[in-house]
Amino acid sequence: MSAEAEKKQRWSAGVQSYASMGYYDADYVPKDTDVLACFRITPQPGVDPVEAAAAVAGESSTATWTVVWTDRLTAHEHYQAVAYQVDLVPGTDQYMAYIAYDIDLFEEGSIANLTSSIIGNVFGFKPLKALRLEDMRIPVHYVKTFPGPPHGIVMEREYLGKYGRPLLGATVKPKLGLSARNYGRVVYEALRGGLDFTKDDENINSQPFMRWRDRYLFSMEGVNKAVAATGEIKGHYLNVTAASMEDMYERAEFAKEIGSIVVMQDLTIGWTAMQSMSNWARKNGVLLHLHRAGHGTYTRQKTHGVSFRVIAKWARLIGVDHIHAGTVVGKLEGDPATTAGFYDTLRLDHVEENPAQGIYFTQDWASMPGVMPVASGGIHAGQMHDLLNYLGEDVILQFGGGTIGHPMGIGAGATANRVATEAMIKARNEGRDFVKEGMDILRDAAKGCHALSVAMDTWGDVTFDYASTDAPDVTPTPTNA
Amino acid sequence: MRITQGAFSYLPDLTDDEIKAQIQYCIDNEWSVAIEFTDDPHPRNVYWEMWGLPMFDVADASGVMLEVDGCREAYPVHYVRVSAFDARLTRQTTALSFLVQRPPEEPGFQLDRQEGPDRTIRYTLRGYASERPEGQRYGRGDS
Amino acid sequence: MTAPAGGGFTMPRPGAGGSEQAVSAEDDPPVPLADDAVLDVDEVRRESDVDAVLERLDAELVGLVPVKTRIREIAALLLVDRMRTRFGLSSSRPALHMSFTGSPGTGKTTVALRMAELLRGLGYLRRGHLVSVTRDDLVGQYIGHTAPKTKEVLKRAMGGVLFIDEAYYLYKEDNERDYGAESVEILLQIMENQRDDLVVILAGYKDRMDDFFRSNPGMSSRIAHHIDFPDYTVEELAAIAGLIAAEHEYVLPEDTVRVLRDYLDKRMRQPRFANARSVRNAIERARLRQANRLVSEPGASVTKQQLQTLEPADFLASRVFTDPPEEADAEG
Repeated sequence: MSAEAEKKQRWSAGVQSYASMGYYDADYVPKDTDVLACFRITPQPGVDPVEAAAAVAGESSTATWTVVWTDRLTAHEHYQAVAYQVDLVPGTDQYMAYIAYDIDLFEEGSIANLTSSIIGNVFGFKPLKALRLEDMRIPVHYVKTFPGPPHGIVMEREYLGKYGRPLLGATVKPKLGLSARNYGRVVYEALRGGLDFTKDDENINSQPFMRWRDRYLFSMEGVNKAVAATGEIKGHYLNVTAASMEDMYERAEFAKEIGSIVVMQDLTIGWTAMQSMSNWARKNGVLLHLHRAGHGTYTRQKTHGVSFRVIAKWARLIGVDHIHAGTVVGKLEGDPATTAGFYDTLRLDHVEENPAQGIYFTQDWASMPGVMPVASGGIHAGQMHDLLNYLGEDVILQFGGGTIGHPMGIGAGATANRVATEAMIKARNEGRDFVKEGMDILRDAAKGCHALSVAMDTWGDVTFDYASTDAPDVTPTPTNA
Repeated sequence: MRITQGAFSYLPDLTDDEIKAQIQYCIDNEWSVAIEFTDDPHPRNVYWEMWGLPMFDVADASGVMLEVDGCREAYPVHYVRVSAFDARLTRQTTALSFLVQRPPEEPGFQLDRQEGPDRTIRYTLRGYASERPEGQRYGRGDS
Repeated sequence: MTAPAGGGFTMPRPGAGGSEQAVSAEDDPPVPLADDAVLDVDEVRRESDVDAVLERLDAELVGLVPVKTRIREIAALLLVDRMRTRFGLSSSRPALHMSFTGSPGTGKTTVALRMAELLRGLGYLRRGHLVSVTRDDLVGQYIGHTAPKTKEVLKRAMGGVLFIDEAYYLYKEDNERDYGAESVEILLQIMENQRDDLVVILAGYKDRMDDFFRSNPGMSSRIAHHIDFPDYTVEELAAIAGLIAAEHEYVLPEDTVRVLRDYLDKRMRQPRFANARSVRNAIERARLRQANRLVSEPGASVTKQQLQTLEPADFLASRVFTDPPEEADAEG
């Protein structure tokens, strides 16, 4: 076909394949400035995977279902996303489609805008059975348009004056029903016993049994008493999640006024609201904790939704200081390799492509501060060696039940966790094989700490050993060594 | 009370050999090691006095211990801490910090509450020991 | 307070019951071997890497037979000491501070480096690095300057060997206001109290070191091994020249070696002769002359062999041959 004929066909009215409209190009070499996305696509039976990938590129950028002449009023090729690689996932009906987007498609510093494109209409697109956004490469040029964490890991540690060990926290339990006065008691006992932080649960906002303002006042009494009793800086994440931004700002302002060093928000409030809170936290010098409430609805299933590593990237861009990122050993979803990928994404300045950890693109953060990951849900002192091994020391370990459920009381539970942490760090630094000798190290420490020995007797063999639903497709090949 | 600042305050006070092992860990990580002391352990007192400069080119922990001992000898009833600095890009901050001496008696802190409007309270922390002048807060050390 | 056995919650009563203060478990000393146990000496040697270090010493240094013998003896002594410890026999740490005396260029620093490795292999030093200093690194210019300077050096040397070259300059007998005495005092204290952490080697000319020890009995009594490094013979110096040339991929033909011996014989009698160091300098000069010879011939072309070969002329042009002896300067 002559070039003339090709051009004519491209602009003839009616429906055309997305691939033929330019949304697929196997020879495309991504530019340094492109936003890249890796989708796991499951086409409907009979749908050509390349056409499906081109459709995803089209629907997440300029295309609509039919040819429109108004495209010709634009430099349309510049705005068309391009699928440039489509790989079959062995042993499945799924394909990995790599798509490049020109940076001009997105508003500077707006995750709302980015997500409206990349995970907008396209997820309901009929020719696909399922679609999952596995990973994104955010070019440095775009990274630099975002503010990043209000404080970041380094600043948080300098503010708290705590170095060289994981920070410890606990979520106040029961989640619902405690009166404000009883609530503050839990805060005081847990912090007094040795934790660095306590936390409101995600669904503690301002209910009939305890209104927000009362909770804040009693919690701060607990925090300040514990600070005086230990000589350490401590905090309670006051949840400012509310029905409107006006309410959230009111709560955050009050938390700041009564001296709280940290507030929290839930993922459910949305990207724009979170970014507003990020701005507020930076301006007011208050740490910002993000609870990823609701993420399981779209991150957990392997074939549909958005991987948490993408959520983690967006959260680092809009800027939070803490985000829940999995425990590996606890009660919630988390394969070790995949979780390692989340943690790297949040903490490192440069993350190399590593499919075995679900990292499909090399990501450069251009010195944007790291986000402190939070491990929360079904963890206890007896797992300290595994926690340190999997999660490292820049992490907040949150022992809710593992503190408050201690038979000797909340303070003893907190002490048990703190002693276990310090003993494990000390042993690691002394060069001991803390993973192998973990239980010995804990038992030795327990000789000097009754609370730890009781914790180990109570939960010693509690594990949550279920297969993960979200594990990487690539596993490292075992060597003969 | 027992002030629990530093990485190992919930463990029994470290022996000199245990301190050396931690210092060697810092040296092996290519962190510089500094010694600081104070008689005002208020949690927001960030800047303790420096016992000399951070040590950058010491290969063995016993070299740092010379200075730890020197500081403890000169200030026998002060708080003394060892801190390590990681100079690598994206860190450039303290990597580990722990106490290597504390006074025999730690009187702790008074929590002052100032009642404000609408049930709000302003909290202020005051060390009982810091009511005395600097240098005399935990006894003179030579008695 | 007793453990709440199985289920149920209890709260500790502040002020009641024992404190939670822990006691750390002391490490038990290792159990000594049985009286009838047998140790494999070869295995102990292998573990300590002694032989590899001694072999390197042999390969690196020509001659020096009395020095190498002394090092072997010290190594054997320490090895036996290690094995005695295993049986629980008296194991007070042997004194290891040393004095290396001899002219410049007789291999003192190289031997000190190997000694540090040896002591590390045998477990007497934790790091085995060498910090080499002179008076200027230890002694300050004003009151209060010396102690921090000396301590700074000691801190860096901890875990390894502190090598003090021309140590006698530390102490000036005729000047009692000299700050060196302060440095010596700190050194002595560390040498006595931290023998596990640091080995000090004092080095310099023999006669001056003898004077130094006479006026510093405290220092003298802490030195366990005095090792004297003899001057090299002409034959040994020529062998050293061969090694240095080979190191740079040069060749010394038979007739060049004859001239070199003649050169060395003359040079040794001149002032500021520094043994191996002077040989190294002589080879460097010869390389310069060879290069100049090769490029200045008109219309020259060269072979690989020519590029590698130092000719007699390259040495004969030295001032050692041309100038009258009393005017000949060092290293000419």
